Amino acid sequence: MRILVAVKQVAILAEEFALDGADTVPPHALRRRLNELDAHAVEAALTINEGEPGEVVAATVGDEHADDALLSCLAMGADRALRVWGEDLAGADALAVAAVLAALARVERPDLILCGAQSSDSADAATGVALASLLDLPRVAVVTAIERDGDRLVVQRELDGGALEVLRVGTPAVLTVQSGINDPRHATLRAIKQARSKPVSVLAPSELALDAAELEAAAGSRRLRLFELPEGAGATLLEGAPDRVAAQIAEIVREAISA
Amino acid sequence: MSGVLAIAELRRGEDEQLAVRPGTYELIAAGRELAEQGAGPLAVAVIGPAADVPVDSVALDGVSEVIAVPSPEDRYEAHVWQAAAEALIEQRAPAVVLAGHTIDSLGFAAAVAARGRHGFASDVTAVAWTEHGAVAQRSAYGERLVAELDFPGKQTVVLLLRPGANAPAGGRHARANGGSPIATWLELDLAGRSRTERVELREAPIGEVDIAKADFLLSIGRGVGAADQVARMERLADALGATLAVSGPLVEAGWASRARKVGQSGRTVAPRVYLALGISGAAQHLGGMSRSQTIIAVNSDPRARIFDVAHYGAVADLFEVADELERQLG
Repeated sequence: MRILVAVKQVAILAEEFALDGADTVPPHALRRRLNELDAHAVEAALTINEGEPGEVVAATVGDEHADDALLSCLAMGADRALRVWGEDLAGADALAVAAVLAALARVERPDLILCGAQSSDSADAATGVALASLLDLPRVAVVTAIERDGDRLVVQRELDGGALEVLRVGTPAVLTVQSGINDPRHATLRAIKQARSKPVSVLAPSELALDAAELEAAAGSRRLRLFELPEGAGATLLEGAPDRVAAQIAEIVREAISA
Repeated sequence: MSGVLAIAELRRGEDEQLAVRPGTYELIAAGRELAEQGAGPLAVAVIGPAADVPVDSVALDGVSEVIAVPSPEDRYEAHVWQAAAEALIEQRAPAVVLAGHTIDSLGFAAAVAARGRHGFASDVTAVAWTEHGAVAQRSAYGERLVAELDFPGKQTVVLLLRPGANAPAGGRHARANGGSPIATWLELDLAGRSRTERVELREAPIGEVDIAKADFLLSIGRGVGAADQVARMERLADALGATLAVSGPLVEAGWASRARKVGQSGRTVAPRVYLALGISGAAQHLGGMSRSQTIIAVNSDPRARIFDVAHYGAVADLFEVADELERQLG
């Protein structure tokens, strides 16, 4: 199968940081890496294609920082990578990103699209499902197992409450994967070296016939401001050495249980 | 465009009856507040098999209309729900659509928003109606910051509310109150909209332990660090007279049974005491336990989000505290 894996370079906030005047996070306070669940999606794609003809293509929407995320995918074993970026995409929300990925998928025509169930930074859990509907493809969200069944797939999803549902779905389809699905392989040094020679294409939104007005219409929200929550709001601090903390916990438990 | 449409979530209980999931009452509470702030009347849509849609259980004070939508499927099916939600939005043109940030809603809500070009935000922790329409808050940068969002130019805004973020709606059933809200049966053409086929449903492995029935839960998270520590914590739980529960990552790592999982795709619990050791407090976890009567959290990271819902918190090494607890209580 040709499998398109949509990935994100997530931003991790430094321990110490200060919001700047514009209520944005200064770039130096951010570390970046491939979203953990997206690594599971790449692993799932490589596993599905194991011993079968096919191609795994990693795709992302992001600036040049996101090349590292693509390199991680290529080092794991993806065949090639695509990155879409333009200044109109700065601050793009999940639905705007889905619109870009949909335009990309119309060109790539994959048999299957995988992505992580959510990103660790914004945690929208929306991009994959939005992408599926823009492409009018069937989808299953929050998947913990995928098996091939001819040209269809048998997938498992977890329900709230702990039940498991096993579904059959036709392809092409979009699946968003949860971490329990697999253990992503670690790239060898050799694979990391080889990854640098694999093709990475960079496209502007205009090459996918997307202009600023279109991206704005596709977006679901606008950020008004960013602020910090007061830390530990409401919790009474139990202080002292571990024996003191334990004694206080024991007392609180005794009172609460006997009340 | 006016009014609020809350989409109820159903689950078949042990008695085989379809029941409204508790989170639905949080949607109704939030919808009621939006209505009071000027968003327009609150309607609750209940999508389910025609024979047993539990219409009465959402007919609460402040609900202007209950819309029962018969589904051709006996189960939740994401594409059927998408079609139903799209038809409801087209017919009622609500200003705000509310659903829970739950496994079920994650399967259809973003699809509805993307196709309809509606406003959208997931995992919403607070929402208000202003002169400029809906304004929502959600976390950003992995729960470290809060982002406030608005939805300029959007006639309809689809919001997924974080479970546990809103107090559930109480109030007597409106019927008992004398003022029965209008229950409308809305027949939509949903046949053939399903795009998945259910092969199997495996019920939760409740048999071994039912954490939802425990008075005292000792709940452990990623902070325990290694699989062999889980057995140690289970011994501690035994010594304390507590039942062991775990957060999602421990189940995904294969260190603990799914029956013990608290939060999204696990159990929702509200014991007398919830003692959280080494749990950072991801949104998926907090939604499943924030209604516990007394929450005590021990975590070495003073920024851990678990401290936001905890009544008592200690910034400490969980193993040192565990050793002392075993010595003192055991």
